[in-house]
Amino acid sequence: MAAAAPPRPRVKFTDTQIEMSHGAGGKASRRLVEGLIAPAFANPVLATLSDAATFLLGGTRIATTADGYVVKPLRFPGGSIGELAVNGTVNDLAVSGARASALMASFILEAGLPADVLRAEVEAMAAAAARAGVPIVGGDTKVVEHGMCDGMYVATFGIGEVDERLTLDPRSVRAGDVVLLSGPIGDHGITILLARGELDLEADLQSDTRSVWPFVERLIATAPGGLRWMRDPTRGGVATALNELARDCGLGIVLREEDVPVRREVRGACEVLGLDPLHIANEGQVLAVVAAEDAERALGAFRSVAGGEGACFIGEVRAERGGSVVGVTRYGGTRAIDMLVGDPLPRIC
Amino acid sequence: MCLAIPGQVVELVPEQPALVKVDVAGVRRNVNVGLFEPGEIDLGDWVLIHVGFALSKVSETEARDQLRMLGALGEEELAMEEVRGYSFAADGERR
Amino acid sequence: MTMMKYVDEFRDPTLISTVAAEIKRSVDPGRHYRIMEVCGGHTHAIYRFGLRDVLPENVELVHGPGCPVCVLPTGRVDDGLAIAAQPGVVLTCFGDMMRVPGTKGTPLEFKARGADIRMVYSPLDALKLAREHPELHVCFFAIGFETTAPSTALTLLRARELGLRNFSVFCNHVTIVPAIRAILDSPDMRLDGFVGPGHVSTITGCRPYEFIARHYGKPVAVAGFEPLDLLEAILMVVRQIRAGEAKVENQYRRIVPWDGNPGALRALATVFELRPYFEWRGLGFISQSALKLKDAFAKWDAEVRFEVPGVRVTDPRAAQCGEILKGVLKPPQCKLFGKECNPEHPVGALMVSSEGACAAHYRYASFDHAGDRLGEEVEA
Repeated sequence: MAAAAPPRPRVKFTDTQIEMSHGAGGKASRRLVEGLIAPAFANPVLATLSDAATFLLGGTRIATTADGYVVKPLRFPGGSIGELAVNGTVNDLAVSGARASALMASFILEAGLPADVLRAEVEAMAAAAARAGVPIVGGDTKVVEHGMCDGMYVATFGIGEVDERLTLDPRSVRAGDVVLLSGPIGDHGITILLARGELDLEADLQSDTRSVWPFVERLIATAPGGLRWMRDPTRGGVATALNELARDCGLGIVLREEDVPVRREVRGACEVLGLDPLHIANEGQVLAVVAAEDAERALGAFRSVAGGEGACFIGEVRAERGGSVVGVTRYGGTRAIDMLVGDPLPRIC
Repeated sequence: MCLAIPGQVVELVPEQPALVKVDVAGVRRNVNVGLFEPGEIDLGDWVLIHVGFALSKVSETEARDQLRMLGALGEEELAMEEVRGYSFAADGERR
Repeated sequence: MTMMKYVDEFRDPTLISTVAAEIKRSVDPGRHYRIMEVCGGHTHAIYRFGLRDVLPENVELVHGPGCPVCVLPTGRVDDGLAIAAQPGVVLTCFGDMMRVPGTKGTPLEFKARGADIRMVYSPLDALKLAREHPELHVCFFAIGFETTAPSTALTLLRARELGLRNFSVFCNHVTIVPAIRAILDSPDMRLDGFVGPGHVSTITGCRPYEFIARHYGKPVAVAGFEPLDLLEAILMVVRQIRAGEAKVENQYRRIVPWDGNPGALRALATVFELRPYFEWRGLGFISQSALKLKDAFAKWDAEVRFEVPGVRVTDPRAAQCGEILKGVLKPPQCKLFGKECNPEHPVGALMVSSEGACAAHYRYASFDHAGDRLGEEVEA
């Protein structure tokens, strides 16, 4: 069992009101959590601030996670809010090394929501849960007045047992470790952006929402000892997840820009809108840091799972420039890869 | 300033002659070609798009010429290196 | 990554290395070259593609004022937000504007407090919104150089054609040549050549920069935005300097016509006229450098239809944007850089948008303050 995480510098939260950026998963979100919320609840389990909270319960190492889903539109190519809710919760547990044992779901529904819409979501959740092999064992339902939430919000809770072969800890990351990614990035975030219809862009794209447990399970079976850290790069994208790791382990991460897999249409949309795929949300990918000696086997593990054909190495850990993520190109160009501040906004300049 | 990207005209919009549909790596958007004369932008043309407007047509010839010329820079240098490799120092030693 | 035509060929690593090597061979090792890339988009590309790493040590790129968001005075942002505060008004603007701070907050913050501010990708989207919602007044916050102004012009022509009554433009378009001239005229200017703005030039053509070569004796290469374009343009400038030449060259020949876009120039002349002067944040007042709607379009001019405060808000004197723009200082040399002034809390013009010199440097090239880069204020 990993000891408590190293103490972080104490962060101040001085914003006077909550902004959209506080929910975007980047710097502002971190400031809110680390500066306002976490200090109020202060305890060693919370201090790690990982995707799931892990602690001992009667001798068993348990992982628990809680999530909120507020996506608009509710339905989009490749999925819907219900599927995101199930898969997202399962995934937070998965990247903490736990197979989801049970989920719970709380619905906050807007008065006026057509029952068929709710029915469709509930059925989508049931299907996603069945695919992921996890029961939804309870939850809650509340209704708010018309105009008070966008149709429906879903809050989830998940619990699972952490695989005892694992010690996932940023502090176990070493220089020379490699960074593995399960597949192409940006599909989900760009799909949602296009589905909102405000940009008049069409593309044959869909959300990548899926349970990543099969990837994690295979990875654990293949190389448990060399698996240092995992994350599902949701809001904030791969850049934010890797920046958090770099900060938590104090080492530098080098990302090989040309090796990061991006679908053609995602690239096209990002070039048109001036967005960086590394900042775009994913809902069905895993980032893993593994020891160099296990790298090939780990890659093989991902690729052997259906849907993992696009898995690849995207970078490595180095001692230099600790705390930073650096992108390098084949011709030797470098740039610091920043953590997202707020939501990625299209630009014209 | 000036985020603009090349895309290919894949559809004309007959009821709206100032509009065409442009494809950028599989992403499509309606683009206004009002900065050009009618008929100047045709199906298959590549245009530079910025905030929903076509600003310029891309010249395939110029693009190829440029790449060829830059590629030749590299070959020129390789050729020069070869020549230098055979230079003789004043004392007759081959370097 | 999959192939994007007319983009990936100009990101070819072998060709990039070839041109970089040629630049290294072409520079005089005993000389320091200061080349200004005028356009903010070029600044962004230079950092995004890590081009400073492949240039020789004695070639220094100075980041110019071509960032329309950066040079927009705070008072004008306040004016736009005052329009948004009017009942029944929807303020539409590009994504770039959403995080620009006015005196009392950014458009995003105002939106969070209930103002109807919406992001659009094109001014035509704002027009469409106006057509679909006759009960609202839609105002478009127009920014940008000559690249973007023709799009606003065509949108206004369309609004006039439709006789739309619930649409207006808050015009903050600026022109690039006066800013370049202002820099060339400043006594502490130390620049050897220019990389010209590629997309502005699709509209204006290359002739407007001839004065730089003829009257100031500095070489100019109008450049595209891919790594190969920028490097080739730098090579052109370096070669001219070595040969003692000063002329305008068009590196971006596949896209920039020497004479520009006549349709666009006509549209600009029909809709806009030059303001006698306009304030550029970081550079001060520059005459004949900005556009306003002609009287014939007064019905669609937000400054005619709405009362705006029109208050001039100056930057703190400690912000050294002006010196950075002229190449006298580099971003990290400003006392506020990275401390009081950072992308989340910009104090001066060049930190406001990601293509401002300071913001680009902070985001893409500063490794000294990993903690700061996470945007955290840390308790001692």
